[in-house]
Amino acid sequence: MHKVVIPIGPQHPALKEPESFSVTLSGERILAFSARLGYNHRGIEKACEERTYLQDVYLTERICGICSHTHSTAFVQAVEEIAGLVIPERASYIRTIIGELERIHSHLLWLGVAGHEVGFDTLLMYTWRDREIVMDILAQVTGNRVNYGCNTIGGVRRDIDPSQTKDILKAIDTLEERTKYYIDIATKETTLIERLSGVGKLSKIDAVTLGAVGPTGRASAVDRDVRRDDPYAAYDKLKFKVVTDDHCDVYGRALVRVGELMESYKMLRQALKEMPEGPLTVKAPRKIPAGEATSRYEAPRGECFHYVKSNGTDKPERVKVRAPTLANVQTVAKMLEDGQLADLPIVIAAIDPCFSCTDRITLIKRSGSRGPAKRMSWEDLHTYSIDWYRKKGLDFTGLNEKLKKWI
Amino acid sequence: MIRPGKMIKQVLGSLFKKPATTEYPFHKKTLDVPARFRGKLKFYPEKCIGCNQCVRDCPSNAIKIRKVADKVFEADIDLGKCIYCAQCVDSCPKRALEATCEFELASIDREKLKVTFRDNTKIAPTK
Ligand code: SF4
Ligand code: SF4
Repeated sequence: MHKVVIPIGPQHPALKEPESFSVTLSGERILAFSARLGYNHRGIEKACEERTYLQDVYLTERICGICSHTHSTAFVQAVEEIAGLVIPERASYIRTIIGELERIHSHLLWLGVAGHEVGFDTLLMYTWRDREIVMDILAQVTGNRVNYGCNTIGGVRRDIDPSQTKDILKAIDTLEERTKYYIDIATKETTLIERLSGVGKLSKIDAVTLGAVGPTGRASAVDRDVRRDDPYAAYDKLKFKVVTDDHCDVYGRALVRVGELMESYKMLRQALKEMPEGPLTVKAPRKIPAGEATSRYEAPRGECFHYVKSNGTDKPERVKVRAPTLANVQTVAKMLEDGQLADLPIVIAAIDPCFSCTDRITLIKRSGSRGPAKRMSWEDLHTYSIDWYRKKGLDFTGLNEKLKKWI
Repeated sequence: MIRPGKMIKQVLGSLFKKPATTEYPFHKKTLDVPARFRGKLKFYPEKCIGCNQCVRDCPSNAIKIRKVADKVFEADIDLGKCIYCAQCVDSCPKRALEATCEFELASIDREKLKVTFRDNTKIAPTK
């Protein structure tokens, strides 16, 4: 049969973020798959170098809209390590609690998205309704549904008071009951089991070779979790099980995530009970002494890695971020080998990708020129992008005025 | 028991329940904005000492403090640039800034997003 290469994206109705995939097909069967990132590059690492450490906390928080606490915690942990700050115990518990609440909202979100990708929209509606419970709790505790603004260098900015503790516990009870219901559905609803079993197979050996992290790896029986292996915040004091599964397919990834939800509820209960009284912050210097540090954080999607290098001023010299999706995206090609085209959306969705958080570089190819790389200043890039769109017939100059006329 | 249609009971039950969503913007009363919400900023000119700590810590350059007379300050806040982190509120040693619960701030005119807070009792408006 003929080989057909289909490009998907960078703009495609099925994609929530711009990214580009190329699929080689023989009939319905996938022969090869490749992904090209770089459509969401926002220059965050560079922007970090031009802001103070305190401002960077808010900037790194905005790397991801779903795991915002992940990135800000990973960043402040690295900065605190360089500065030799030990945060108060209460602050480390609060970081853990917000982190676990974030995991709950992220996993419930994933469950809904996965349902949607396989045409089980009922599941989407119910999980997203239940997700509102945890979103409300996050808003109540931190002030916002996303971008909680909870971290600061040397501790946390918001306390959890007794009435909030009560509300969180109540919410956990409801959510636990709902999660049990979803586990019941996941293990007994034949349509779901049949649809997800055997789809997107990733053997343990492949998962290890390709460096899969988080639930993607754990569903292929890779027993790794930063929370247990390299504890940060208050995780060394919490009792929890690292959920793994040996289905090695999308079904396994779903089971791992619902299993992790149950562990999160347990952890939250323990953390809320054992959280000691005390101050929330230690005083942090504005100028961080020269040094470097790395920091790891178990994001809902897997290990998130930050590297910070300081030079003694109030701004970092270098900040490097590796989001979990970058580690997982390579596995998708393996999972799709010999798969069906119709399985592509769910297999991609099963790693719970976050492409905006992953993009660290954009390559601009100048056709025909093979000379050395060219350095472009900010202004050059700006003009380049405006010209690029103009050539395609899109002119954004005076957009505000035009908009005003329409509205 | 393994069988299809596991959710049918729940789905049918929902037919007789109130919708989980709120008809925003028609029913605003049902929206609870949490007390810790970080919305539009409020500036108390009488408390400000012009130390500029808020300006220094603002991640998005959204706030400017202007001296208009001896010990009288005005604040220009660009609501379009502000990311509502309330760091300025935390940085202010005099509690001259406060995050309110106001969140309906959208506008299609950028100029309208630039607000100036001033103490009208002390000085005639400059603009
Ligand atoms: S809330 Fe944050 S972004 Fe807005 S003015 Fe204050 S510090 Fe700046
Ligand atoms: S930090 Fe407070 S006192 Fe200082 S300039 Fe800003 S508003 Fe005024």
